[in-house]
Amino acid sequence: MSQPIMRLFATIVLLFAILVVWTSRWSVFDAKALRDNALNKRPLLAQLHVKRGAIKAADGTVLARSVRGPGGTYRRAYPAGSLFGHPVGYAIVALNQLAGLERYRNDELSGQGGDSLSSLADQLQGKRQQGDTVVTTLDPQAQRIATEQLAATGSPGAVVALDPRTGAVLTMASSPGYDPNRLGQAGVFRALNSAGSGAPLLDRSTQSSYAPGSTFKVLTAAAAIDSGRYTPDSVINGDSPKTISGVPMRNDLGHSYGDVTLTTAMTYSINTVFGQIGEALGKRTMADYMRRFGFYRRPPLDYPADEMLASGERLNGKLLPVTSDRVDVGRMAIGQDKLAVTPMQMAMVVATVANGGRLMAPHLTDRVVDPDGRTVDRVEPRVYGTPISSTTAAQVNQMMRTVVESGTGTAVQLPGIQVAGKTGTAEIGTLGANLTQPSFVAFAPADAPRVAIAVTVERSQGGFGGTVAAPIARAVLQSLLS
Amino acid sequence: MSARNRELLGLIPASLLVTAGFAAVFIQQGSQQLSNLSLTYGAIFLGLCIAAHVFLRIALPYADPYLFPLVAVLASFGLVVIYRIDETLARQQAQWFVAGLGLFVATIVFARDYRKLEQYRYLIAAGSLALLCMPRLPGVGAQVNGAYLGVRIPGVFVFQPTEFAKIGIVIFLASYLRDTRQLLVAGARRVAGITLPPIKHFGPLLVIWGVAMLLLIVIRDLGSSLMFFGAFLAVLYVATNRVSFVVVGLLLFAGGAWYLGTHVPHVTDRVDVWLDPFNADRYPHAGYQIANSLFAQADGGLLGRGFGEAFLTLPGGGPLLPAPQTDLIYAVIVNELGLVAAVAVLITYLLFVQRGFKVALLARDSFSTLLAVGLCAVFALQVFVIVGGVTNVIPLTGVTLPFISYGGSSLLANFVLLALLLLVSDRARREAEAPR
Repeated sequence: MSQPIMRLFATIVLLFAILVVWTSRWSVFDAKALRDNALNKRPLLAQLHVKRGAIKAADGTVLARSVRGPGGTYRRAYPAGSLFGHPVGYAIVALNQLAGLERYRNDELSGQGGDSLSSLADQLQGKRQQGDTVVTTLDPQAQRIATEQLAATGSPGAVVALDPRTGAVLTMASSPGYDPNRLGQAGVFRALNSAGSGAPLLDRSTQSSYAPGSTFKVLTAAAAIDSGRYTPDSVINGDSPKTISGVPMRNDLGHSYGDVTLTTAMTYSINTVFGQIGEALGKRTMADYMRRFGFYRRPPLDYPADEMLASGERLNGKLLPVTSDRVDVGRMAIGQDKLAVTPMQMAMVVATVANGGRLMAPHLTDRVVDPDGRTVDRVEPRVYGTPISSTTAAQVNQMMRTVVESGTGTAVQLPGIQVAGKTGTAEIGTLGANLTQPSFVAFAPADAPRVAIAVTVERSQGGFGGTVAAPIARAVLQSLLS
Repeated sequence: MSARNRELLGLIPASLLVTAGFAAVFIQQGSQQLSNLSLTYGAIFLGLCIAAHVFLRIALPYADPYLFPLVAVLASFGLVVIYRIDETLARQQAQWFVAGLGLFVATIVFARDYRKLEQYRYLIAAGSLALLCMPRLPGVGAQVNGAYLGVRIPGVFVFQPTEFAKIGIVIFLASYLRDTRQLLVAGARRVAGITLPPIKHFGPLLVIWGVAMLLLIVIRDLGSSLMFFGAFLAVLYVATNRVSFVVVGLLLFAGGAWYLGTHVPHVTDRVDVWLDPFNADRYPHAGYQIANSLFAQADGGLLGRGFGEAFLTLPGGGPLLPAPQTDLIYAVIVNELGLVAAVAVLITYLLFVQRGFKVALLARDSFSTLLAVGLCAVFALQVFVIVGGVTNVIPLTGVTLPFISYGGSSLLANFVLLALLLLVSDRARREAEAPR
């Protein structure tokens, strides 16, 4: 009976070999696929046990931190409540819900970045996985003022303030806001996403696009001068109405200005002048300059891509090239037509003018600091492009100063500081409803700009950019410059 | 070196394993009891093993020297893993380990002339079948995951009759086939190229097949049924040296299993989960256990997460890995100690089986050989059924991983199995050494 016994043993060895192969399959060969399986809760549980790094404002104010929960787990606390809900976002790890910087910097915050050697060393020393701290460029005081001022209008809206020299995002406020501390509670997500909630989770500074109205004239003027076709002193007839693209265009209150310089047209926001310039420059030139300023692409911000919109002409929610037959370039030149622009994009436009024609890539992160206090990553200022020459920038800068000195934007004047700005008032809703979308772009101090700002208020009953949006810009500028 | 001295030396690694294992778990828990408690546990374990060893020295001086230390390694490893899962269960398991050693000694004392068991073979067979059917009796039966594998003894524990029945059935098969093996071979005829046993003796084999199928229906458990029928085929093959008998047997079993797998709702569910373990619709209920077993193994990888680092429960308190101390203990081992440790465990089992087969080869009489083969086969198949289930090679079944899983019945029964193997080996080696 010895031969069958040997064969039986061989069979059992074979059966055990199958077990080894199958165990290897799950634990090694298919392990990655299994870890990524949506049903697998282990990666999520592991995340719950990680002490995420803090998120801080530029001055060190804690915006998000991890606090101990039951059973060695951690949960997120946001000491500033709803104030930084949009730029910082939220990390509700148990629900696998992340947004904003919490999402964009998740690898660093959860300690998955960095070199594997040091994490192995930590493991051997029995150290628990701990995330890095993200220090942002945000200014808490200005953020608070922007949020309060927006809320006071009683309308949704957004404020974006950049340091034009570096691209650092100083303020990124969107109203209405939400309190990220409450998101972990049952039913809160559903309530905030339901119709009639006012869409508080929407970041209006990057995810909402608006008709920029006359603030877009800054870009049209820059294109006009930089293309060499116009100077600030070029004389154009500013009568009303003028036939643009075959349809009469009127100035505000139907006012006829006669022959005016480009500077005057900017100061009083004369539609017919800019309409003619738009037609004269043509679609190709306008498209070229818009692209240079970052239109038709998502902003190069360190922020989740699907939480940002590209700006440009939009039809039925889709981007439409400027060269399309359906674009009325004359009306686009005054910020109407089908233009859909985010407050972030408008801030980039004025920041370019403020920074002598160089567009710095906007960024929210200043640096990443590991648990031992070492800076492991620093976001250096980066030139995103040079849309216009420094000469053009200086001339447009000068024109925007006159807007604040003697034009439509006097409400933004600050004592002792020269401000350059441009108002915008887009008409929305049905004809005669007198609903407007006031906006304002500005930078200061005009001769050495440190802050560039874009303010948009979604709805106003007959308000103007100069009366509704400019005071908000003024308050935020004052805070950031003091 | 004498066999018994080799056995004594073999116990040292087992005790070191207990000490090192408990030390590792204590360190992970950040406990202060590290200083001497892990050493104490190791010492107590070594003391118990040495007591059993001294008994073997006196009672079975010629017995195989490696079987007992291999079991000690498995049992000590099991204790550490169970301790990591639940301290209370580990304490109970330690008590069962002591009780198991007691039963081990009792078996050797009372079944010293194990060949007398042959005389009671029909009684043993009937008793084993009765044991298997007990879980279906109203009042005492305990249904676990839809299978009937336990008998509830109120206030004491859930008794698992399959664990003891497997030994009884192997004794019966060894005895029955010793008598009929010559007839089965001599009377075989070739029909259509397949060697079939004579009709007269084909009958009893069909009866055993029928019993295996009945078991599937009665206890609703493909794995246990596979274990019993596989052991039967192994003993039949060794007794007759006819591959064709095995092939016919496997075909019959496959046919029966296919029919039941497609017609009995409970078995059908198991098969569906087996074929598609990550089906999102079945995941919340039927597929939860196997999917999480596989996720746990993926979490472990090559070297594992380390003792105490695997997630066994959800933050809310629900189970993430159901039945980690019994059915899914292999998944816990892969999760915490990695593929490497899992392969080491499998190799330990293989070494045990190899020593058992060695005993079978040495034995002089057919009954002893067939008994050793049967015991080893049923032991190896039990490992295959549960590890195969946990790794989704076959549908998952609720049997224990011998000597490692938590469970009194399993530990007691496997100590009886070990005692019988040692009895057979003592006689075989004594006869082999004795001058003729």
